Amino acid sequence: MSKKAFLSANEAAAYGVKLSRPHVVSAYPITPQTTLVEKIADFLANGEADFKYMMVESEHSAMASALGASMMGARTFTASSSQGLLYMCEMLSYVSGARFPIVMVDANRSVATPWNIFGDQRDAMAMRDSGWIMLYVESGQEALDTVIQAYKIAEDPEVMTPVMINIDGFTLTHTYDMVEIPEQEEADSFLPPYSTTNKMDMKDPKTLCMSVGPDFHTEGRFLQQKAFEAAKRKIVSVNDEYAKLTGRSYGGMIEEYRCDDAEAVLVAVGSVAGTVRVAVDEMREAGKKVGLIKLRSFRPFPKEYFESIRDKFKAVGVIDRSISFGFDGTVFSEVKSAMYGSGAKMANYIVGLGGRDIPKHQIETMFSKLLGMASGKNEAEVQFLGMRWE
Amino acid sequence: MNKPKWNKDYKAPSSWDEMFFGSSNGVGILPTPNSGFRTLHPEIDSKACIKCLMCWVFCPEGCIDKSGEHLEIDMDYCKGCGICAAECPKNCIKMIKDGDTE
Amino acid sequence: MKQIRWHGRGGNGAFTAARLLGVAASVFEGKSAQAFPSFGPERRGAPVLGFTRIADKTITDHSQVYECDCVIVLDETLCDVTNVAAGLKPDGVLVINTRKTADEAARHIGFEDPSRIVVLDATDIALELLGNPIVNTIMLGAAVGATEMVSMESVEKAIDDVMGRNLREKNKKAARAAYDKVKEAVMQ
Repeated sequence: MSKKAFLSANEAAAYGVKLSRPHVVSAYPITPQTTLVEKIADFLANGEADFKYMMVESEHSAMASALGASMMGARTFTASSSQGLLYMCEMLSYVSGARFPIVMVDANRSVATPWNIFGDQRDAMAMRDSGWIMLYVESGQEALDTVIQAYKIAEDPEVMTPVMINIDGFTLTHTYDMVEIPEQEEADSFLPPYSTTNKMDMKDPKTLCMSVGPDFHTEGRFLQQKAFEAAKRKIVSVNDEYAKLTGRSYGGMIEEYRCDDAEAVLVAVGSVAGTVRVAVDEMREAGKKVGLIKLRSFRPFPKEYFESIRDKFKAVGVIDRSISFGFDGTVFSEVKSAMYGSGAKMANYIVGLGGRDIPKHQIETMFSKLLGMASGKNEAEVQFLGMRWE
Repeated sequence: MNKPKWNKDYKAPSSWDEMFFGSSNGVGILPTPNSGFRTLHPEIDSKACIKCLMCWVFCPEGCIDKSGEHLEIDMDYCKGCGICAAECPKNCIKMIKDGDTE
Repeated sequence: MKQIRWHGRGGNGAFTAARLLGVAASVFEGKSAQAFPSFGPERRGAPVLGFTRIADKTITDHSQVYECDCVIVLDETLCDVTNVAAGLKPDGVLVINTRKTADEAARHIGFEDPSRIVVLDATDIALELLGNPIVNTIMLGAAVGATEMVSMESVEKAIDDVMGRNLREKNKKAARAAYDKVKEAVMQ
């Protein structure tokens, strides 16, 4: 019988890690990830779990030692945020190019300077080309469930690609609500032990993490891209399999909420999707035809889904808690690119930077603007909302 | 010595099926030897050799085999640098022009 | 949905109280609850906010709490640095740890309706029953006395669930004492 507890998303994710039976956890603390790795350490200290915990001196070392462990065939976990993620950024490509299925949590936090410990999505977005699968969760429950799913996706022989699970700093990491914790037997029945031939083996010696020159480099990268195509299928099938076991589904790569007859929709990533749900319900009560597209998988990007909705909605807005300076919000530019050829009006709302709250009324403003655009009103395509002055 | 022999039949991957995975590959492959790099190669006078192993210590390629009765040099790996001859306290290693052997 | 805001200083348990209320409502009364902190600089003594939401349906809202059914002030000096009544609903209740009367407190913070202010000297109760001036569980008991948003039985179970073994009995006693005191004052 699974048990329920009032947990923060960090604690929930820690339970997900424990249930996944890692062999090695290596981590360096950084706000707002710290309570996650502390909880994992608690499990070890009170005998609830059995694995090796490496207390390393930096995030670069955390990922390097995680890679070393994974090269031995160990199921490995690490976590970081913001400056820590950027500190380990060279190691992110090391892991993905060598095709080791490490799972990590990134507690999304803004990036210095100016220095800021609060939540936005700039850190992981800056790493979107690193070759990691990137999933975004909306709640503590989803964080727990996605950690377990992530190992199954990562370790699939057709995928063999590391997975980064993104949990919004403070709005999720330090927010408590009820989480159902599956039994260890349930998790074991879903997630078999990690087994691979891509590892150091005295009986079958290999070169690992070699260099590859111009002759063969392109072919290897093509195979990495192919693995992401396989990941698209696995993210969906693993979600469905997990839903059969626990009753909880997250839609795979995307989830549509009240989109069927919507005129204007908002694409949201992470915890803000939960607030958009509430705004959609309230505006629907008032007769407005609005909906939410929750983007769960950012890499691989659900290109085919956005192509399929080209003609479905009159206006599509994208909420971005990040911006690629010199261009638009990161998620917006990708959604717009995938929707090339669409006649829909499109808009980008840059909000929630540096931990600034995204209140419900701001989301209602976004929907009002979108509905206005749908009926011919002119609005700037990319807007910073909620600034202190014009 | 455990060093792989020059594999003259080695072929690089020629199809998707033969592609290596990620950044991993098999070991024990010497596609091209160092021998073409040399002008001179060392020859040890085994009778004069006192097995002090200075040549073995200083060889930058680690290609001197000390496991047998006499010291042997693996000519696939020797690049002809001459350090062994320079270090030998008995001067019993001579650097000979390539082309005389093989 | 009920939304509660807690004003405290870092290290004095304002967020723990927010969490205890969440545990009481969800784990022990089957409702949906959410609790989260909001801090500036992470250091002892800095003003911090805690928030609790309680609802029947699952709470997916991840924005801040702007409208409060109840505001609880653990340290009255915070009234001088921030408007503790901001966002309080027209029928909302303000619970303050102070020696002032409700009228005096209302005048001090510029609040027009003293009947919606509940005051008690929580520090006094804390020093007597806990031996230290940590008032978080006491203010939780007082808030429950003022609003009945959960039952005291659930609060006591939450204290058992969350707090360390050595702290449980005295904190339950202190919370109950505050609850009784507020109930008594309301009777008068």
